[in-house]
This record gives sequence, structure tokens and C-alpha cells, in this order.
Amino acid sequence: MNVELRQPLAAARVKPTVIDCDIHPTATLADLRPYLSNRWWDYLQTYGERRRHGFARSYPYPKVTPRACRRDAWPPGGGLPGSDVDFMRAQHLDHYGIEYGVMNPLSPTGQGEQNPEFSAAMAAANNEWQMAAMTGREPRLKSSIVVPYEDAQAASAEIKRRAGNRDYVQVFMLSRTSEALGRRRYWPIYEAAVEHGLPVGIHVFGYSGWPTTATGWPSFYIEEMTEHATSSQALVTSMIMEGVFERYRELKIVLIESGFGWLPALGWRLDRNWKRLKDEVPHLRRAPSEYIREHLWVSTQPMEEAEDPDHLIEVMNWIGFDRILFASDYPHWDFDDPFVALPPNLDAEQRRAIFSENAKRVYRFA
Amino acid sequence: MARHVVAAVGEIAPGGRKLVHVAGRAVVVFNLGGEFFALGDRCPHKGGSLSQGKLTGLVESSAPGEYRYSRRGEILRCPWHSWEFDVRTGRSWCDPERLRARNYAVSVEPGARVVEGPYVAETFPVSVENDYVVVEA
Repeated sequence: MNVELRQPLAAARVKPTVIDCDIHPTATLADLRPYLSNRWWDYLQTYGERRRHGFARSYPYPKVTPRACRRDAWPPGGGLPGSDVDFMRAQHLDHYGIEYGVMNPLSPTGQGEQNPEFSAAMAAANNEWQMAAMTGREPRLKSSIVVPYEDAQAASAEIKRRAGNRDYVQVFMLSRTSEALGRRRYWPIYEAAVEHGLPVGIHVFGYSGWPTTATGWPSFYIEEMTEHATSSQALVTSMIMEGVFERYRELKIVLIESGFGWLPALGWRLDRNWKRLKDEVPHLRRAPSEYIREHLWVSTQPMEEAEDPDHLIEVMNWIGFDRILFASDYPHWDFDDPFVALPPNLDAEQRRAIFSENAKRVYRFA
Repeated sequence: MARHVVAAVGEIAPGGRKLVHVAGRAVVVFNLGGEFFALGDRCPHKGGSLSQGKLTGLVESSAPGEYRYSRRGEILRCPWHSWEFDVRTGRSWCDPERLRARNYAVSVEPGARVVEGPYVAETFPVSVENDYVVVEA
């Protein structure tokens, strides 16, 4: 988020306690070798990964920097950004005084992989790697349970396998899925999450196999980045309309890196339509915006920019200051610096809520 | 305001840069084809370290389908959010009036003059045979 800090206020100068809800750790395929059976390692060597898009070894859209990372986040000792826990500790956790960091692994995780059994094996391997390489060596880092979400039974089994370990703090999915996320094929994931008291974090991107917009593939990376607002609206709408939140009343959804300026308007639009069309979705007992208010959390990076920071604060008020979690997106290029990321005109209580109190509640940090 | 000797001219090749510290400030000195420019190392947008940015050119367009590429190597992109800055002025491309990297006056001085002073070069060996990059800060 890029609101400029022209007149820092006293509240903004106090070094905050920070829980960062979006840190990306990076494994290589070789890093996952100890956690893959010989069968799946040989499969990987022979056939490789097969994600649901046409760029098996790359991104559908080229990024602005190598691996979409901050140019200063490459560890001096070698390796990829996000791969070296010591460098991450120095450059990020210690530098900003991060109390807890929730790790959201993007690749290689097997998510969006075509072969369902291989997808499950890769997800399990990444979960083991997170613990061994990162969380086990730095207690401030917390893991997400990567699930092979296109096979919800396998995903549910993976949740059950990990959930007893409190170093896993959420179930982790991506936003671009092969069907809308409210569909019943995904419900076993939500059921397992609720059963184990874990929120479901949905991070933008993914490998749905569908074009990123309803009219196909756009031309530019800037369009792909902006599109997350529309696909996130679609997934929120689907979850509400399919009755997910009626079926799983304890379900907590954390939207990661999707922005949030669109969320209040989506609630208004849904409420208006629901008043006219609710006989189509009789299983909804309340206005759609109430499900949003009760079940959704959003994260800060990347916040929409407003020329006048007060406009952004107005949007935050509509969503609720108890629903917004700080996220840095370290080590990616569009990283938000905790010292300057939030609008300077938030008061101390609002800053505390966003920087730590809300995350403590949703992730059950002590 | 003092004049700080920060490098021998030959030390920063054309297209190269050097991060230096003068008067308690991190400053990055660039050599653009023999001309030297200095910017504060801190990006005015969100604080990224400009010395780790990528030098690129300026792409402009007067209409869709047309482009002009110019000033290769004179535009610095912040290593964090890719904001573009004109190395010659420190001005950002998107918001040149309000967002600008601090820039410092730079000159090249012969060693014979540098040794006469007054210059700040406590940790920098100076010889009369060389030319030196001098930053005012």
C-alpha cells in the first residue's frame, strides 16, 4: 500500500508490535526431496510438475523483478529469496521487531497440480519442509497447512494430519481454483478447518486452468495484478450464496493479498440483489453482508491507494477495524514496510488492532 | 555543508555506482557516461535502498501503439516497488513534484586541489595524480 507519509504523527512513530500475516518462504524441489517418497521423487524427475495452466515452469505473466522479489532480498550466502531462515530473521523479523510471522508458501507446493496424488504428496512435503527449515529453527515463524485443494478429501486428511501441531496456524489455499470456492466439492476442507479450529487463508494467484478474467487472458501483468479484486469478489460471493457459512458457522476466512477496497461495495450489491432474489437462495438466513462481517478477515498488503488517506480509513471503517490484518508480503517486490505501511492518520488503537490484536484472535496466538 | 571526497574517478565505471556515507547519510553515486550524480539511498516512496535498484531507460508513448525509448541507463527503479527516478534530478517519474529522491551536488576535482582542501576525506587516501568525485552534503 502506497499512501505517502507526508506528515508522520506521533502514533506512527511508536515502534509497533507486529504480527505479519503474509511471509513467503521458498523451497526448491531439491529441498523437498527428503519429504517425498522415492515413488514421487522419481515421478517428479520423469514427468515434472503439471499445473493447470500452460506455463508449467513459469508464470502466466512475467513479473516486474526476478521471481517477483525485492532486489535486496536475495540472501548474500546464495539461494532464493525466502529460502534462508537466518537472512529472513535478520532482514525482516529482527529488523521490524516481528512478533509472529505467518508463512504462506506459494511454490513448489503441489497446489493446482493436475495429478491429484502427486499434488497431495507435494503439499505434505512442503508442510514438512516448512517445519524443518523454518518454523523449527525460528519460533516466531508459523506454518500454514498447504492442502491439495482440488481433492478435498486428500486436503481434509492433510489438515487432520497436521492440526495437532500448533505451529500450523491456518489452512492454506489459493484464490484461482478450478471451480468457485463455495461449491460443495471443497466443503470437506472447510469442515476439517472448523473441526480443528483453524482459519482458512486464501491467498491470491493459483492455477485454475481458466483465464484470469471472464473475457480471457489480458495483455499485461498490471491487469493480472488488478484482477485479484474481481476473482476475490467471485469467490466470496460463491461462498456466501452456496451456503458455506450457514453450514459451517464457525468458519473463518482470511483473504490474503486481495486488497479490500472492493469489499464494502460487494456487500451492498449483494444485499440489494438478495432482497429481490432471496427465494433463489432460501438457505441464506441473513443479508449477505452479515456473512462478510462475521466470517471474513482481510489483510493489508496491497491496500488500495487513495489520494486522500481519509478515504481509505473510511473504507476500513466499513469493513471493521477488527477485521484487518497486517501483511508485508516479504520478500516480494510489492512488500509493505511495517514502519510506514499504514496510513499515518490511524489512531493508536486502530494501529494496534491491525498490527497485532486481530491476528492474535484469528490465529489464536497466546 | 561540506565537500566530501568519496571515490577516485576510476573507481566508478560508466554505468556503475558506489554507496558511500557522508555526514551520516547513505548516498549512492552514479556514473552516467562520465558524468557523476548522487542520490540519497532512501527511496522517498517507502524507504527502499535505491543503491540496489536497477538502472533502466525511459519509455514514453504519445499514443497506443507508439513508443519512444530514450535515456538508457539514466532511470533508476527502486528495488522494492519499482518507482522510477531520474538519476540526474532525483525526481520520480510518476509524481515528480512531490516525490523526489534527495539529490546532492557532485563534482570531479583533481587530486592537486583536493589535497589543498578544505575537503572531508578522513578515511580516503588522495594522491595528486588522480581525479576525485566530490559530494556536497
